[in-house]
Parts: sequence; C-alpha cells; structure tokens
Amino acid sequence: MKKMRVLSLAMAAAMSLSLLAGCGGGTSSEPSTNPDSGSGSSTGADVITIGGIGPLTGSAAVYGLATKQGAEIAIEEINALGGLQFALDSQDDEGATEKAVNAYGKLKDNGAKIIYGCTTTNPCVAVAAETYNDRYFQLTPSASSTDVTAGKDNVFQVCFTDPNQGKTAADYIKENNLGTKIAVIYNNGDAYSTGIYTAFQAEADEIGLEVVAVQTFPDDTNADFTVQLTAAKDAGADLVFMPIYYTPASLILNQAKTMGYEPTFFGCDGMDGILDLEGFDTSLAEGLMLMTPFNAWGEDERTVKFVEEYQEAYGGIPNQFAADGYDCIYAIYEACEKAGITADMSAQDICEKLIATFTDSSFSVDGLTGTGMTWGTNGEVSKAPVVVKVEGGVYVTQ
Amino acid sequence: MKKLTPSRKRLINNSITYGMVIAAFVIIQIMKAGGMLSSSLQGLLVPICAYVTMAIALNLVVGISGELSLGHAGFMSVGAFSGMVFNIAMQSAIPVAPLRLLCAMLVGAVFAGIAGVIVGVPVLRLRGDYLAIVTLAFGEIIKNIINILYIGVDENGLHFSTQNEAALGLAEGGKAILKGPLGVTTNVKLSTFTAGFILVLVAITVVLNLVNSRTGRAVMALRDNRIAAESVGIGATKYKLIAFVTSAVLAGAAGALYAMNYSSVAAKQFDFNASILILVFVVLGGLGNIRGSIIAAALLYVLPELLRDFYDFRMLIYAIVLILVMLATNNPTFKQFFGGLFARLGRGSRKGGAQE
Repeated sequence: MKKMRVLSLAMAAAMSLSLLAGCGGGTSSEPSTNPDSGSGSSTGADVITIGGIGPLTGSAAVYGLATKQGAEIAIEEINALGGLQFALDSQDDEGATEKAVNAYGKLKDNGAKIIYGCTTTNPCVAVAAETYNDRYFQLTPSASSTDVTAGKDNVFQVCFTDPNQGKTAADYIKENNLGTKIAVIYNNGDAYSTGIYTAFQAEADEIGLEVVAVQTFPDDTNADFTVQLTAAKDAGADLVFMPIYYTPASLILNQAKTMGYEPTFFGCDGMDGILDLEGFDTSLAEGLMLMTPFNAWGEDERTVKFVEEYQEAYGGIPNQFAADGYDCIYAIYEACEKAGITADMSAQDICEKLIATFTDSSFSVDGLTGTGMTWGTNGEVSKAPVVVKVEGGVYVTQ
Repeated sequence: MKKLTPSRKRLINNSITYGMVIAAFVIIQIMKAGGMLSSSLQGLLVPICAYVTMAIALNLVVGISGELSLGHAGFMSVGAFSGMVFNIAMQSAIPVAPLRLLCAMLVGAVFAGIAGVIVGVPVLRLRGDYLAIVTLAFGEIIKNIINILYIGVDENGLHFSTQNEAALGLAEGGKAILKGPLGVTTNVKLSTFTAGFILVLVAITVVLNLVNSRTGRAVMALRDNRIAAESVGIGATKYKLIAFVTSAVLAGAAGALYAMNYSSVAAKQFDFNASILILVFVVLGGLGNIRGSIIAAALLYVLPELLRDFYDFRMLIYAIVLILVMLATNNPTFKQFFGGLFARLGRGSRKGGAQE
C-alpha cells in the first residue's frame, strides 16, 4: 500500500509538471513566435531577439509586467510593418539584483542581441555593469537612478532621472505658486524615492521654497500614515510632495481624507497608475497633481491607438511603465533602421552601432512619453516633463 | 561483516564530503575549459559557493547546536557591506585583486563575528526560542540601518552619515561608497569560482573539525540534553556561543564573497526571505548533515534558474519540488529504499577503503 501511495504521488507530480510545462510554454512563447507567423516570408534567422529583464513575480511585478506588456505591443506593431523583425525574450528577475544577473546570463545563452531592462533600479545597475563588460546595448524603460548610466557608454534610459524629476518638481511648484509651505512624505528605504527627495530638497533650498515637514516611512511597513500626515498638518503644509509609488500613495490619500486634511498632493511618475488601482476610490485622487511623461487620456493619435491595443490585449489602463516600455522598443527599432542593423550581426557590433546612433544629434524619437526624445553621451534622455491633474477621474494635462 | 570503529566511519564520511566538493570543482573547471558551461551557469557558480557556505554555517547553529537562527542573512549583510567598503576604500592601497578579496573576506568575517558576539552573549544565556526572535530582529535592524547609512571615502579616510550623500562632506576627489537605499553601486568585482571553492573547503574544514572535537561534542551534548550536559560541567553559554560566533564569521565571509560578485548590492536583498531561503537549504539537506546542506544549497539554488524555460510557472514548480522533497525525505518507504541503497553502496566503498 505504501509503495502504491508513493508511486501515485510521483505520478501525480509528473503529470502536473508536464501539464504546467505545456501551458507555460504555450502562453509565454506565443509573443515570440508571432513574428514568424505574422509575416510569412521571414525566417527565424532574420529575427533580432531583444532580451527583456524585469520583475514578473514578487512585490514589484506590477511594474515589470507593465513594461513587458508595453514592449510586446510595440513589437507586434513593428513586426506587422514588415522590415525588421523583433522577438522579445522576457526573463523574470523578481526585482532582485542576483536574479537579474542570472536572467542576463540566461538571455545571453538564448541568443539575445539587445538588452531591454531592467525595470527596477538596483538590478539595473548590476546588469548594466555586466552589459558594459560584454558590450551589449542596454536600454531601460524605468530604472531612473543616475547610477544606472554613470560611466557606462552602452546604457541608455527612456525615463527621467530621479534628480531631474526632483528638481523639475520643485521648480514647477515654485513657478506656479502651488503651495507656500511644503511637506514631503517619502520612502527612505527606496532608491527612487530618496533620489527624488534629495534633489527636491536641494533645489527647494536654492529657489527659496519652504519645506516645513519631512516625513519618511520604511520600505516594508507602509500601511499607516497618520503619523506622517499629522506632522504635515501640524506644520501647516498646504502642499504635500510625495515622490513615492502609487500603492502607498493611495493609502495616504485615503487617510488624509479620513483626517479631514485637504492640501494639494503632488506626485511623480511612480504615482501614475493610481487611478487603475484595484479597489481604489478615484474620487480620493481628485485634484492630485503628478509629473508623468504619459497621459493615457491624451487625445493624440499615437496614445489613442496604444491605449486601445493595450486594453484589447491585457485589459485595464496602461500606465507610464507600459508607455516607457513601448517607447523603448520603438527607440531601438528606429535606431536599428537608421544604423542598418541586421539579424546576423553580433551583439557587440550592434552595440557599437546603436551607441553611435543614439548619441548622434540628428537621432530623435517621437513616442508616447515625449516627442523629439534625444539622448546625450551620458545615456540620459532629454524630453519635456508634463504635469497632469486628476479631474473627474481622468488626467488633464496642465 | 566487520563493525567499523566510530572514528574510522567518521573519516570515511568526511572524506566523502571533501571528495564530493573537490570532484565538483574539478568537473566544473574541466567543463569551463572545454567551453561546455553555458554563461548562465557560469554566472551561478560564485553565488552557489556563497550559499553553500551560508548553509554550512547555519547548519552549525540550527543542526548541531540546536538553536534556531532566523537572521543569518543579517550576518551575511554585515560581511557583504564591510567587505565592499574595504574593497573600494583599499582599491589603490592593495592593487592585487586576489589579496584584496582575501582581506575583504577577512574584514567581513571579523565584523560579522563581532555582530555575532553582540547578539549571542545576552541571548544564549537564556533558554527557549529567544535566539530565533532576537536574530529575526537583528536581521531587520541591520537591513534598516544600512538602508539609511551613507559612507564615503576621500584622502582623509572614511566619512559616515545618516542624512544623505551631501552630508558626508567629502573632499575633492572623494567618492560615496554606500548610498543609503541605493546600496553600493560602484563595487569592483573580485570574486572567482576558485575563491568560492576555497571558502567552501575552509567552511567544511572548520565545521567538521569543530563537530569532531571536544568542543563539538560538548555543543551536541547541550543540544541533546542540556541538564545532563551541565551536570557534568559543560558551560552552556560558552559552547553555544562558540558555535554561534563561528557560524556568524563564516556567514560574514560568505557575504563578502557574494557581494564581490556584483557591482551593485543593496541592503534589502538580505531580508527575512533570504534568511528563510538559507534555512530551507539546511532543513531540506538534513539538520546536522553538512553534506546534505551542501547538496541542497547547490541544487535548490540552481533549480529556479533551470526552470526558466517554464516561464510563469517556474516558481510554482519550485514550490512543488520543495514540498515533494519534504514529503519524500519523511516518507518511511523512501527512507527504507535509500537506506538499503546506501548500505549496499557503503559496503562497496568499505571494500575500497580496505584496499587502500
């Protein structure tokens, strides 16, 4: 009897494994086989594999999935055009440095020629050091620290850098007289949040913006913000600057409302996505201002088309992570076209050619997150920041 | 059938452990030279060595000393960050990379050892599960301290701050090493597989020698029956502390090795989950079983990477494998089967041993 039970356990395990293997391969390889089936003439050899790295599981998975989905939409569009064909090989890094480096090793084995990622900052810095040594071209949609690109000629960003955002936010608040007494609530366990705050504070001191309260919260306990909000309220702040992600921000908005505290809330691009958060009452975000490069309610043709395709493929409203991912792929595509990249080139040749193209002053990309994006030799993008305000549950560009 | 004396049996057992590790090293080196190793596997070699060392170190506390530590990633973190600060600060003073790696690992080991004494001295005097609670808190405290800590270096030496990078007040030409939540981003990679292999060998030697010594027997006696051990004059705190600090020192060295494999390391990597991961290696490898820890750490670390072809389902499969291993190792039929198998193999090797 015992033996039978062991046998049945093993059999059940084997069956469930093979079942999972079947659907795992089926769902995820679909996008990468699309290019072959989409344009009948192209063969596998003509496809340039782009290796994507981002958190597809774990606590940062919402951001990683968004960048992956945005990129997939771009790749489908590009492949439908004929011409250059791309395939995206997305590997999970769980938002962890060592897993990101492991994922990069796997992508090299899988024959990726260009690296698209990582989504989060710390893993991106580690992978960037590897791609720099191996000479792979790397473009990140959302790793916004200056350390990502510092000293590496092969790494480029599509998002604003953290210091850039902090400085711009301070200038914008001052110029438009949004508030006289500023409180800041930021996550001091997070590189993105700390990076923006540091630059914001420096700029605020310079231009004479009065910061009356600085409140922090750690990375792993972020459920109750009444202490921070009370401090801001007691200091008489009429604007609360929150360079944080949208999940904690939604709680802050809710608790501020409960307290009866109604300052102007001002966020950065990490705040984008708050309106699409499950179970979030969008009326709480009324009047919220944020700096985001992408407005999903924008009326230009490109945005409308992207939002439509995104909703059809994945449901929900795309956030700026998805839009950054989309722009990344188009930037790579346009640079490849311009530099005459073909699928039979080595990753190292592609890298040198793409670096030359990206830093070329005549190279600019029109995307969802900005028109006329250009890149300097330091890898940072230059595009105009956009501030939006939530009115009636949608973004209104200011 | 001759009965083996315990010391002879131990010798054979230990030789198998050393032999296994050395054989694995030689095979991997040959494969590397022959270009048979994929770049993803090559990238895994150093972290495997670090985690194997961690598992050996934790087994000393959990398996041999019988105390539960839930914060070993904290010691790893202390070793990692002190090692990295040393590495970057001493870059020009010690230009030889292997020597600097060795010194960095020693620095990491010493700092982790000091942390081990600080945690161990008050807690190991108590009975019960206090060590688990305190080590859990220790891991979190270390993580949060490093998250707000800024360290920079210039010609005047090291500068510390808990404010921000500008508050370090670095002189011209100075650079920030540790940048709060961003961690260290400019680390110089030094770790090699050979260094990792040597560390694993050192860890095995230290732990096996400790276990087979008078001290080790005292530690195990305390684990099995504290009252009986104390009644024959064994000081509980002293021996438990020896095991705990040794473990912390090895964890610190492993942390330094691990950190030197990456150009960017942040404090939040060494969180509670990392501690539990190492504990899983130890428990699945067998409490008190050093060889089991080594095998479990290596296999379970590689497994999620090998499962990458299953895409979204890999972590699910990883979990299923963990459960199956847990069930299988506790299943009497399985045990009997493997017990019989090993007995037969054992007889074979005994014959081999007699011929030598």
